[in-house]
Amino acid sequence: MSEVSWPPAGCALVTGGSRGIGAAIAKQLAADGWAVGVNYRSQSAAAEQVVAEIEAAGGRALAIAADVTDPAAPSITFEAVEQHFGVPVLALVNNAGISRDNLSPSLTDDEWNAVIDTNLTAAFRFTRHALKAMMRARTGRIVNIASVVGLRANAGQSNYGAAKAGLIQFTRTAAVEVARRGVTINAVAPGWIETDMTADVNTDLLEAVPARRAGTPAEVAACVGFLVSQQASYVTGAVLSVDGGLGA
Amino acid sequence: MSVTKEQVQERVVEALASFGPDADTITPSATFEELDIDSLDLVELAQIVEDEYGVVLKGEDMKELKTVGDVVELISTRAA
Repeated sequence: MSEVSWPPAGCALVTGGSRGIGAAIAKQLAADGWAVGVNYRSQSAAAEQVVAEIEAAGGRALAIAADVTDPAAPSITFEAVEQHFGVPVLALVNNAGISRDNLSPSLTDDEWNAVIDTNLTAAFRFTRHALKAMMRARTGRIVNIASVVGLRANAGQSNYGAAKAGLIQFTRTAAVEVARRGVTINAVAPGWIETDMTADVNTDLLEAVPARRAGTPAEVAACVGFLVSQQASYVTGAVLSVDGGLGA
Repeated sequence: MSVTKEQVQERVVEALASFGPDADTITPSATFEELDIDSLDLVELAQIVEDEYGVVLKGEDMKELKTVGDVVELISTRAA
Protein backbone atom coordinates (compact mmCIF):
# COMPACT_ATOMS: atom_id res chain seq x y z
CA MET A 1 0.00 0.00 0.00
CA SER A 2 2.70 2.49 0.91
CA GLU A 3 4.37 2.23 -2.52
CA VAL A 4 1.42 4.07 -4.06
CA SER A 5 2.13 7.78 -4.15
CA TRP A 6 -0.57 9.97 -2.65
CA PRO A 7 -2.41 11.95 -3.84
CA PRO A 8 -2.65 9.66 -6.88
CA ALA A 9 -2.54 11.00 -10.45
CA GLY A 10 -5.81 12.85 -10.07
CA CYS A 11 -7.43 16.01 -8.82
CA ALA A 12 -10.16 16.82 -6.33
CA LEU A 13 -13.53 18.53 -6.75
CA VAL A 14 -15.53 20.12 -3.94
CA THR A 15 -19.09 21.19 -4.68
CA GLY A 16 -20.27 24.28 -2.84
CA GLY A 17 -16.67 25.16 -2.09
CA SER A 18 -16.91 28.95 -1.95
CA ARG A 19 -17.91 29.30 1.70
CA GLY A 20 -18.26 27.63 5.06
CA ILE A 21 -17.52 23.94 5.30
CA GLY A 22 -16.86 23.61 1.56
CA ALA A 23 -14.21 26.32 1.57
CA ALA A 24 -12.48 24.73 4.55
CA ILE A 25 -12.55 21.34 2.81
CA ALA A 26 -11.06 22.79 -0.37
CA LYS A 27 -8.21 24.34 1.61
CA GLN A 28 -7.62 21.12 3.56
CA LEU A 29 -7.37 19.00 0.41
CA ALA A 30 -5.07 21.54 -1.23
CA ALA A 31 -2.85 21.49 1.85
CA ASP A 32 -2.79 17.69 1.54
CA GLY A 33 -1.40 18.02 -1.97
CA TRP A 34 -4.50 17.82 -4.17
CA ALA A 35 -5.20 20.16 -7.06
CA VAL A 36 -8.71 21.31 -6.18
CA GLY A 37 -11.71 22.36 -8.24
CA VAL A 38 -13.80 24.78 -6.15
CA ASN A 39 -17.35 24.66 -7.46
CA TYR A 40 -19.76 27.46 -6.64
CA ARG A 41 -23.21 28.49 -7.84
CA SER A 42 -23.20 32.30 -7.62
CA GLN A 43 -20.60 33.46 -5.08
CA SER A 44 -17.82 33.95 -7.60
CA ALA A 45 -15.88 36.45 -5.48
CA ALA A 46 -15.90 34.10 -2.50
CA ALA A 47 -14.82 31.17 -4.69
CA GLU A 48 -11.97 33.18 -6.20
CA GLN A 49 -10.95 34.17 -2.68
CA VAL A 50 -10.67 30.48 -1.74
CA VAL A 51 -8.58 29.85 -4.86
CA ALA A 52 -6.34 32.83 -4.04
CA GLU A 53 -5.79 31.60 -0.49
CA ILE A 54 -4.92 28.12 -1.71
CA GLU A 55 -2.48 29.48 -4.27
CA ALA A 56 -0.92 31.85 -1.75
CA ALA A 57 -0.19 28.80 0.39
CA GLY A 58 1.51 27.08 -2.54
CA GLY A 59 -1.40 24.94 -3.68
CA ARG A 60 -3.37 24.61 -6.91
CA ALA A 61 -7.04 25.44 -7.35
CA LEU A 62 -9.63 26.44 -9.92
CA ALA A 63 -13.04 28.02 -9.36
CA ILE A 64 -15.86 26.52 -11.48
CA ALA A 65 -19.37 27.87 -11.66
CA ALA A 66 -22.25 25.40 -11.90
CA ASP A 67 -25.59 24.92 -10.19
CA VAL A 68 -25.37 21.36 -8.90
CA THR A 69 -29.08 20.80 -9.56
CA ASP A 70 -28.43 21.18 -13.29
CA PRO A 71 -28.22 17.66 -14.79
CA ALA A 72 -25.29 18.91 -16.88
CA ALA A 73 -23.40 20.15 -13.82
CA PRO A 74 -21.25 17.03 -13.38
CA SER A 75 -20.10 17.14 -17.01
CA ILE A 76 -19.43 20.88 -16.87
CA THR A 77 -17.43 20.79 -13.64
CA PHE A 78 -15.51 17.59 -14.31
CA GLU A 79 -14.50 18.63 -17.81
CA ALA A 80 -13.33 22.05 -16.63
CA VAL A 81 -11.26 20.64 -13.80
CA GLU A 82 -9.85 17.71 -15.76
CA GLN A 83 -8.85 19.89 -18.66
CA HIS A 84 -7.23 22.48 -16.39
CA PHE A 85 -5.23 20.06 -14.29
CA GLY A 86 -4.74 17.39 -16.95
CA VAL A 87 -5.75 14.49 -14.68
CA PRO A 88 -9.08 12.84 -13.82
CA VAL A 89 -11.07 13.69 -10.69
CA LEU A 90 -10.14 11.01 -8.16
CA ALA A 91 -11.46 12.76 -5.05
CA LEU A 92 -15.00 14.14 -4.94
CA VAL A 93 -16.62 15.90 -2.00
CA ASN A 94 -20.37 16.36 -2.35
CA ASN A 95 -20.76 19.29 -0.03
CA ALA A 96 -23.19 21.66 -1.77
CA GLY A 97 -26.32 21.89 0.30
CA ILE A 98 -29.22 24.19 1.17
CA SER A 99 -31.92 24.26 3.79
CA ARG A 100 -35.51 25.46 3.44
CA ASP A 101 -36.94 24.97 6.89
CA ASN A 102 -40.63 24.58 7.63
CA LEU A 103 -42.84 22.31 9.68
CA SER A 104 -44.21 19.42 7.64
CA PRO A 105 -47.87 20.54 7.59
CA SER A 106 -46.74 23.82 5.98
CA LEU A 107 -43.79 22.64 3.92
CA THR A 108 -44.30 23.51 0.24
CA ASP A 109 -43.47 21.36 -2.78
CA ASP A 110 -40.80 23.88 -3.80
CA GLU A 111 -39.14 23.77 -0.37
CA TRP A 112 -39.18 19.99 -0.44
CA ASN A 113 -37.95 19.60 -4.00
CA ALA A 114 -35.21 22.21 -3.80
CA VAL A 115 -33.64 20.57 -0.75
CA ILE A 116 -33.89 17.04 -2.16
CA ASP A 117 -32.48 18.14 -5.53
CA THR A 118 -29.50 20.02 -4.13
CA ASN A 119 -28.61 17.84 -1.16
CA LEU A 120 -29.37 14.35 -2.49
CA THR A 121 -30.00 14.12 -6.22
CA ALA A 122 -26.99 16.27 -7.12
CA ALA A 123 -24.74 14.11 -4.95
CA PHE A 124 -26.01 11.03 -6.79
CA ARG A 125 -25.35 12.58 -10.20
CA PHE A 126 -21.86 13.76 -9.30
CA THR A 127 -21.03 10.37 -7.77
CA ARG A 128 -22.28 8.51 -10.83
CA HIS A 129 -20.10 10.67 -13.03
CA ALA A 130 -17.03 10.33 -10.82
CA LEU A 131 -17.18 6.54 -10.48
CA LYS A 132 -16.36 5.91 -14.12
CA ALA A 133 -12.81 7.23 -13.97
CA MET A 134 -12.28 6.14 -10.37
CA MET A 135 -13.21 2.53 -11.15
CA ARG A 136 -10.93 2.50 -14.17
CA ALA A 137 -8.09 3.99 -12.10
CA ARG A 138 -8.75 1.39 -9.37
CA THR A 139 -8.65 4.20 -6.81
CA GLY A 140 -10.94 6.99 -5.68
CA ARG A 141 -12.33 8.86 -2.72
CA ILE A 142 -15.86 10.19 -2.43
CA VAL A 143 -17.01 11.97 0.71
CA ASN A 144 -20.62 13.06 1.10
CA ILE A 145 -21.35 15.81 3.58
CA ALA A 146 -24.46 14.67 5.42
CA SER A 147 -25.61 16.01 8.80
CA VAL A 148 -26.55 15.03 12.34
CA VAL A 149 -30.06 15.91 11.13
CA GLY A 150 -29.87 12.89 8.81
CA LEU A 151 -29.47 10.69 11.87
CA ARG A 152 -31.60 12.44 14.52
CA ALA A 153 -34.89 14.30 14.16
CA ASN A 154 -34.82 18.08 14.14
CA ALA A 155 -38.25 19.70 13.99
CA GLY A 156 -38.62 22.04 11.03
CA GLN A 157 -36.16 20.13 8.89
CA SER A 158 -38.07 17.12 7.62
CA ASN A 159 -36.94 17.90 4.05
CA TYR A 160 -33.32 18.48 5.05
CA GLY A 161 -33.36 15.42 7.33
CA ALA A 162 -34.85 13.22 4.61
CA ALA A 163 -32.29 14.41 2.08
CA LYS A 164 -29.37 13.87 4.46
CA ALA A 165 -30.64 10.46 5.61
CA GLY A 166 -31.08 9.54 1.97
CA LEU A 167 -27.53 10.72 1.29
CA ILE A 168 -26.24 8.48 4.08
CA GLN A 169 -27.95 5.38 2.71
CA PHE A 170 -26.88 6.23 -0.83
CA THR A 171 -23.33 6.49 0.51
CA ARG A 172 -23.44 3.05 2.10
CA THR A 173 -25.01 1.33 -0.90
CA ALA A 174 -22.75 2.86 -3.51
CA ALA A 175 -19.77 2.12 -1.28
CA VAL A 176 -20.38 -1.62 -1.20
CA GLU A 177 -21.02 -1.69 -4.93
CA VAL A 178 -17.60 -0.36 -5.86
CA ALA A 179 -15.42 -1.29 -2.90
CA ARG A 180 -13.42 -3.90 -4.73
CA ARG A 181 -12.28 -1.32 -7.27
CA GLY A 182 -10.33 0.56 -4.58
CA VAL A 183 -12.89 3.36 -4.38
CA THR A 184 -14.10 4.40 -0.94
CA ILE A 185 -17.31 6.32 -0.36
CA ASN A 186 -18.04 7.73 3.09
CA ALA A 187 -20.18 10.35 4.75
CA VAL A 188 -19.32 12.99 7.30
CA ALA A 189 -22.21 14.12 9.54
CA PRO A 190 -21.55 17.55 11.00
CA GLY A 191 -23.59 18.90 13.87
CA TRP A 192 -23.88 22.63 14.52
CA ILE A 193 -21.01 24.32 12.69
CA GLU A 194 -20.31 28.07 12.60
CA THR A 195 -21.23 29.06 9.03
CA ASP A 196 -23.65 31.30 7.14
CA MET A 197 -26.16 28.45 7.16
CA THR A 198 -26.37 28.43 10.95
CA ALA A 199 -25.87 32.15 11.57
CA ASP A 200 -29.53 32.64 12.46
CA VAL A 201 -29.79 29.55 14.62
CA ASN A 202 -30.92 30.19 18.18
CA THR A 203 -27.91 29.83 20.44
CA ASP A 204 -30.12 28.11 23.06
CA LEU A 205 -29.88 25.08 20.80
CA LEU A 206 -26.16 24.91 21.52
CA GLU A 207 -26.97 24.01 25.12
CA ALA A 208 -28.16 20.66 23.80
CA VAL A 209 -24.70 20.04 22.39
CA PRO A 210 -22.63 18.05 24.90
CA ALA A 211 -19.52 19.97 23.89
CA ARG A 212 -21.45 23.22 24.62
CA ARG A 213 -20.20 24.95 21.50
CA ALA A 214 -20.59 24.96 17.75
CA GLY A 215 -17.93 23.27 15.70
CA THR A 216 -15.75 25.03 13.13
CA PRO A 217 -15.52 24.36 9.40
CA ALA A 218 -11.88 23.37 9.91
CA GLU A 219 -12.93 20.63 12.35
CA VAL A 220 -15.22 19.17 9.68
CA ALA A 221 -12.57 19.58 6.98
CA ALA A 222 -10.08 17.62 9.06
CA CYS A 223 -12.47 14.65 9.02
CA VAL A 224 -12.86 14.90 5.26
CA GLY A 225 -9.10 15.13 4.92
CA PHE A 226 -8.70 11.90 6.82
CA LEU A 227 -11.28 10.03 4.74
CA VAL A 228 -9.64 11.22 1.52
CA SER A 229 -6.19 10.21 2.76
CA GLN A 230 -4.33 7.08 1.78
CA GLN A 231 -4.49 5.91 5.42
CA ALA A 232 -8.29 5.66 5.20
CA SER A 233 -8.12 3.08 2.40
CA TYR A 234 -10.05 0.45 4.41
CA VAL A 235 -12.80 2.85 5.53
CA THR A 236 -15.83 2.72 3.28
CA GLY A 237 -19.59 2.97 3.73
CA ALA A 238 -18.95 4.72 7.05
CA VAL A 239 -20.56 7.77 8.60
CA LEU A 240 -18.20 9.93 10.63
CA SER A 241 -20.10 12.22 12.95
CA VAL A 242 -18.43 15.50 13.86
CA ASP A 243 -21.01 17.03 16.15
CA GLY A 244 -19.61 17.52 19.65
CA GLY A 245 -21.62 14.52 20.82
CA LEU A 246 -25.00 15.82 19.67
CA GLY A 247 -26.01 12.69 17.79
CA ALA A 248 -24.57 10.17 20.22
CA MET B 1 -15.30 3.87 -37.50
CA SER B 2 -15.19 0.33 -38.84
CA VAL B 3 -13.96 -2.38 -36.55
CA THR B 4 -13.56 -6.04 -37.28
CA LYS B 5 -15.16 -8.64 -35.10
CA GLU B 6 -11.67 -9.94 -34.34
CA GLN B 7 -10.61 -6.53 -33.02
CA VAL B 8 -13.69 -6.32 -30.83
CA GLN B 9 -13.12 -9.86 -29.55
CA GLU B 10 -9.51 -9.04 -28.67
CA ARG B 11 -10.51 -5.89 -26.78
CA VAL B 12 -13.34 -7.58 -24.91
CA VAL B 13 -11.09 -10.46 -23.86
CA GLU B 14 -8.46 -7.97 -22.70
CA ALA B 15 -11.01 -6.04 -20.66
CA LEU B 16 -12.54 -9.15 -19.10
CA ALA B 17 -9.08 -10.50 -18.23
CA SER B 18 -8.40 -7.27 -16.31
CA PHE B 19 -11.35 -8.13 -14.06
CA GLY B 20 -9.79 -11.40 -12.93
CA PRO B 21 -10.19 -14.48 -15.12
CA ASP B 22 -7.27 -16.01 -17.04
CA ALA B 23 -7.24 -14.91 -20.67
CA ASP B 24 -7.25 -18.51 -21.95
CA THR B 25 -10.53 -19.26 -20.17
CA ILE B 26 -12.23 -16.35 -21.96
CA THR B 27 -13.61 -18.11 -25.02
CA PRO B 28 -16.65 -17.02 -27.08
CA SER B 29 -18.80 -19.71 -25.50
CA ALA B 30 -17.70 -18.99 -21.93
CA THR B 31 -20.50 -17.59 -19.78
CA PHE B 32 -19.95 -14.66 -17.45
CA GLU B 33 -21.07 -16.88 -14.62
CA GLU B 34 -18.32 -19.41 -15.38
CA LEU B 35 -15.77 -16.60 -15.53
CA ASP B 36 -16.98 -15.06 -12.25
CA ILE B 37 -17.75 -11.82 -14.06
CA ASP B 38 -20.47 -9.98 -12.17
CA SER B 39 -22.66 -6.96 -12.79
CA LEU B 40 -20.02 -4.44 -11.65
CA ASP B 41 -17.56 -5.91 -14.16
CA LEU B 42 -20.18 -5.65 -16.89
CA VAL B 43 -20.85 -2.01 -15.99
CA GLU B 44 -17.16 -1.31 -16.44
CA LEU B 45 -17.10 -3.29 -19.70
CA ALA B 46 -20.03 -1.20 -20.96
CA GLN B 47 -18.09 1.98 -20.14
CA ILE B 48 -15.02 0.72 -22.01
CA VAL B 49 -17.18 -0.25 -25.00
CA GLU B 50 -18.86 3.15 -25.04
CA ASP B 51 -15.54 5.02 -24.79
CA GLU B 52 -13.78 3.02 -27.48
CA TYR B 53 -16.52 2.09 -29.94
CA GLY B 54 -19.21 4.64 -29.21
CA VAL B 55 -21.60 1.75 -28.66
CA VAL B 56 -23.99 2.25 -25.75
CA LEU B 57 -24.95 -0.89 -23.83
CA LYS B 58 -27.98 -0.26 -21.67
CA GLY B 59 -29.29 -2.21 -18.69
CA GLU B 60 -31.77 -4.15 -20.81
CA ASP B 61 -28.99 -5.10 -23.24
CA MET B 62 -26.74 -6.34 -20.44
CA LYS B 63 -29.44 -8.66 -19.10
CA GLU B 64 -29.60 -10.56 -22.40
CA LEU B 65 -25.85 -11.10 -22.57
CA LYS B 66 -24.79 -14.44 -21.16
CA THR B 67 -21.56 -15.31 -22.98
CA VAL B 68 -18.46 -13.54 -24.19
CA GLY B 69 -19.61 -14.27 -27.73
CA ASP B 70 -22.94 -12.48 -27.08
CA VAL B 71 -21.11 -9.26 -26.13
CA VAL B 72 -18.73 -9.40 -29.09
CA GLU B 73 -21.66 -10.00 -31.45
CA LEU B 74 -23.69 -7.11 -30.07
CA ILE B 75 -20.81 -4.63 -30.18
CA SER B 76 -19.75 -5.66 -33.69
CA THR B 77 -23.31 -5.32 -34.97
CA ARG B 78 -23.83 -1.91 -33.41
CA ALA B 79 -20.41 -0.55 -34.32
CA ALA B 80 -20.92 -1.40 -37.99
